Amino acid sequence: MYAPSFDYHRASSVAEAQKLLAANPGAKLLAGGHSLLPVLKLRLAAPSALIDLGRIAELKGVSAANGGVRIGAMTTHAEIATSPVLAKSCGIVAEAAAQIGDMAVRNRGTIGGSVAHADPAADLPTVLVAVGATMEIAGAGGATRTVAAADFFQGMMTTALGDGEILTAVWVPALGAGTGAAYAKFAHPASRYAVIGAAASLTVKNGACERAIIIVGGVTATPTALPSVAAALTGSNLSAEAIAAAAGKAAGDLTGDLMGDVFASSEYRRHVTGAYVARAVAAAAARAR
Amino acid sequence: MAVPVSLTVNGQSQQRDVDPRLLLVHFLRDVLGLTGTKVACDTSQCGACTVLVDGIAAKSCTCLTAQVDGASITTIEGLAAPGTLHPIQEAFWNKHGLQCGFCTPGMVLATHELLRQNPNPTVEQIRHGLEGNLCRCTGYQNIVRSVQEAAKTMNGGAR
Amino acid sequence: MSSRTFGSAIRRREDPRLLTGLGTYTDDLSLPNMAHAAMLRSPHAHATIVSLDTSKAAKAPGVLAVYTGKDTAPALKPMPCAWLLPNAGLNIAEYPLVALDTVRYVGDIVAVVVAQTPYQAYDALDLIEVKYKTLPAVVDPEKSAKGTGAPIHASVPGNQAFKWTVAGGDADAAFAAPGAVVVHDRIIQNRLIPTPMETRSALAQWTAATGELTLWNTTQNPHIVRFIGSLVMGVPEDKLRVVAPEVGGGFGAKIAQYPADFLTCFCAMKLNRPVKWTETRSENYIATTHGRDHVQDVALCGTKDGKITGVRGTVWAGMGAYLSTAAPGIPTILHGLMLCGPYLIDNVKEDVYGLYTNTTPVEAYRGAGRPEATYLLERLIDRFAHAIGKDPAEVRRINLIPKFDNGHNVATGLTYDSGNYHGALDKIMAHVDYAGLRKQQAEARAKGRYMGIGICTYVEVCGLGPSQVAGAIGFQGGLWESAIVRFHPSGKVNVFIGTKPHGQGEETTFAQIVSSELGVDVNDVKVMHGDTDKTPMGWGTYGSRTTAVGGAALAVALRKIKDKATALAAHLLEAPVEDMDYADGRFFVKGAPAKAKTIQDIALMANVAWNMPAGMEAGLEASSFYDPPNFVYPFGAHVAVVDVDPATGAIDLKRYACVDDCGPQINPMIVEGQVHGGVVQGLGQALWEEAIYADNGQLVTGTLMDYAIPRADVLPEIEVLSTVTPSPHHPLGVKGIGEAGTIVSTCTMYNAVVDALRPLGVDTVPMPMTPERVWRAVQTAKKGA
Repeated sequence: MYAPSFDYHRASSVAEAQKLLAANPGAKLLAGGHSLLPVLKLRLAAPSALIDLGRIAELKGVSAANGGVRIGAMTTHAEIATSPVLAKSCGIVAEAAAQIGDMAVRNRGTIGGSVAHADPAADLPTVLVAVGATMEIAGAGGATRTVAAADFFQGMMTTALGDGEILTAVWVPALGAGTGAAYAKFAHPASRYAVIGAAASLTVKNGACERAIIIVGGVTATPTALPSVAAALTGSNLSAEAIAAAAGKAAGDLTGDLMGDVFASSEYRRHVTGAYVARAVAAAAARAR
Repeated sequence: MAVPVSLTVNGQSQQRDVDPRLLLVHFLRDVLGLTGTKVACDTSQCGACTVLVDGIAAKSCTCLTAQVDGASITTIEGLAAPGTLHPIQEAFWNKHGLQCGFCTPGMVLATHELLRQNPNPTVEQIRHGLEGNLCRCTGYQNIVRSVQEAAKTMNGGAR
Repeated sequence: MSSRTFGSAIRRREDPRLLTGLGTYTDDLSLPNMAHAAMLRSPHAHATIVSLDTSKAAKAPGVLAVYTGKDTAPALKPMPCAWLLPNAGLNIAEYPLVALDTVRYVGDIVAVVVAQTPYQAYDALDLIEVKYKTLPAVVDPEKSAKGTGAPIHASVPGNQAFKWTVAGGDADAAFAAPGAVVVHDRIIQNRLIPTPMETRSALAQWTAATGELTLWNTTQNPHIVRFIGSLVMGVPEDKLRVVAPEVGGGFGAKIAQYPADFLTCFCAMKLNRPVKWTETRSENYIATTHGRDHVQDVALCGTKDGKITGVRGTVWAGMGAYLSTAAPGIPTILHGLMLCGPYLIDNVKEDVYGLYTNTTPVEAYRGAGRPEATYLLERLIDRFAHAIGKDPAEVRRINLIPKFDNGHNVATGLTYDSGNYHGALDKIMAHVDYAGLRKQQAEARAKGRYMGIGICTYVEVCGLGPSQVAGAIGFQGGLWESAIVRFHPSGKVNVFIGTKPHGQGEETTFAQIVSSELGVDVNDVKVMHGDTDKTPMGWGTYGSRTTAVGGAALAVALRKIKDKATALAAHLLEAPVEDMDYADGRFFVKGAPAKAKTIQDIALMANVAWNMPAGMEAGLEASSFYDPPNFVYPFGAHVAVVDVDPATGAIDLKRYACVDDCGPQINPMIVEGQVHGGVVQGLGQALWEEAIYADNGQLVTGTLMDYAIPRADVLPEIEVLSTVTPSPHHPLGVKGIGEAGTIVSTCTMYNAVVDALRPLGVDTVPMPMTPERVWRAVQTAKKGA
């Protein structure tokens, strides 16, 4: 396929990227290109210019920071999937990154590109909300701000990023002892995007679940919490029966508009989300213990 | 507005001014005439266009030429010296890992990546590792066997 | 290397070039001054074209020309249908290359742009202004028969392309017999998109001075492209050269002739420069033919003790908006005549209605008609077994035709060549320990696990076929194959064949035939194919016929060579021809093998011709045009074992094992590869693949993001076994194996899933059996319980 014409600018710093954005109305930021380029090739968008963030060193890399892990926006899924720092502190993020696309896609696709695209079927948004990530954003005037992941994803393909803003990093907390998190995915057989993605983060103390966060994606336009499931888990002993009973409440929490298509209707997704939640919870419980 | 790019492709230095929208796969095929790299989808699903960018597998249909300015690209034509076969190619030959051959360049380079990341993969890891490369002929079984043999050869003998 | 390579799993001769990126497929070709074409295709399934303005596109950068139907209609005859099904009221609607006033499916060509680069051509497509007035569309063949939508062609009442009936015995009487157990089923044979990894492409070069046209094309049958192309374009056959270089898979989708290929030629002729057109994948999904697409109401009857007495049905087959080249023969001849399967069934009747719909034309797809027959029969047999409380394997055993070596007539009128169906069934049951599997299943069920076992037996018809039969069934061509064998003075051999391998490995297996027949090292044989200027006429690769028919042509040519070589050797050894013997490439007087002439000696002496017997021509070359006396009938038995999770509907294919019999195997490695690929394509239909149209005629599964073909990580190891029952009429005894796996694996998988869910009361799941559909089947059964 052949994309329509556009200009190309390569930024060497975030500040330069912002200048280029301001100078090129209708321009789009190019990260790894794995969300944007297919859209352009199918001629579903026609930006005036692309501003390539790929050479901005300050946007790359995974490092320990502020009791958690800072992931530069231009860090690839492959780097995230294999990061020892993340594996130690917040392994669920690596676990989800390892399930994105395929080997070659993960080598070039980036966390920043993925979350800024905010595809409801993406894997990382669900997990980032579940662990309480924070998004670092550079504003047009050189100011920076942070937004909680839960507030960042505002709708299908819609985020809190304003005009001229650039996502620079994602910070995730270290889960800490006694906390385990896991991601379970039902992948579409063609696209490999999540039909249902379920993330669970559990804190266990003396064999009982002290705190549970259950977030699902794919089934909803933005990552969505399942409070009844979390409530049922909290205080439980996380036995197989307890997990099954709690996961059974997932459908009840999914009351709004749900995603649906010819492969998996919203009704189906609503009813089987619980099965994937149960898997995520079981895996998270095992890690928490 | 053309973009100047300078790349090394299969060891040869190439300088061109390219249309910003020119995909790497079209640069390789149409500008350089390296037609071993194939296009078989529009949506980054099939892997037929897989090449190595600085030694790491990438889908060249989902990459602008301008994005890889300065990089060293290896295509199927450059994987082994002319007249010789890379152990992966040899293994695909031995194990009948190809039929029509159209997915094969991408499949071979994806195997290169798989073995780079995991030199001793299990069958399950091979099957999972090749999920981004579609083949319509083989049912994948002989591709899996090919990768197993390549892994053995490249590790200097039996596991 | 030994010359006795028939039966050896030697490596393929094709592979070194393909592995190093040096195989040249159509889109890999470039010619000096080459321009690029792109097709503007209708975004509507059914509409009249109110206005069409190409002026902006014509002025766009790099654009050389824009053509519409007004330009092409005077120069190009409509696309012909080449399977004129007799006694079926066949109503062929006109199929213009470019739509004139009405578009009839999403993908119908409306205009053609030629530009300096493909990027420029696609830019210009966006500048063509077309106003459409949309009309109601119909995408479902049964609904088309019932008058949904607007009439698709003014010349076709009721959208009916044909009605064809197969009947043998007295099916109505069998169903009415006292005590007959009758089972019904309603089957949707899901529409599939063949998806060869190489999309279609054409490159045309016109030499105005000589009136010669060369077309490089992604085709399974270049000689048919020349034949039909000549008719459509008016270029004489002797001046039209069609070259099929490497072809990246076909699976039936590269049999048909396509408007875009001839339009590419038209552009080259108009512009007097080479023009290339290559489909994008999204374009391939709407523009290249689809497969299957039946709605079937079918029934089977039998006795309480398991004897099948009749099969009866009605089929509505979707043909798409136009009749593609071979389309009418697929849901009829290739489907209906196989309704007896490998069983003794005396009474069959089926009515097949071919319906136009506002969809991409439907053609052959791997198996082509036979999977649709095998599937309905095998599904009905499982229902029947369940109804009479017998094991499905036992019901098959009761009804299989006993072993035969040379001819068995079935009720549909076919004569199967040879079969040992019980042998295949016994072998697969022993291999998988069928009784043990059933025991495991009982234990799993006791623990609340849903394990299922599918077992199917099949026979298929391939190696198409006797030309006299082709004529009788309306196929507008012959079905013989040809081969020329040419020995060079050094003893090296070129083989020129009319058919067109494209992944099946005949460059290797045909060299193995040469080597085994005449004692030539396989590496001394080069097989040439795909160029109409350089190869003898042939009808192409489809219907698993290249080895079954083309291989026979080669064997016959080799035997002519052998006769001549024997005569020449006798002359050189000064012995009577009757005293000559032959072994492994050596010709000698009986009892004196030490003093022999090798085939290489003979090749040299025949080519220099210094000392020839009186009346013998120089050279060592022979050709053969082989017309088979019958089809060939491969067969086998397959088993699938699954676990199904009723909570999510997910199917876990635990095991797939098969026994296939294609007669003697020239190269078992290649046979195994064909079975792997065939089985997996059939599993694709069962589990993932479906071309889904919205009611308005939009293809919803229009990219590989939506249409799921099997991937490496969703498949188990396939266990491949075989038996060997030679065909009595093929010179080498071989049968085809390209389609067998696809023909039977879909129903084997289906039967396994339904078997798993029977304890829940499920007796049907629509294909593809996606998790939601399985889940819904379970929910429905629960409600019914």
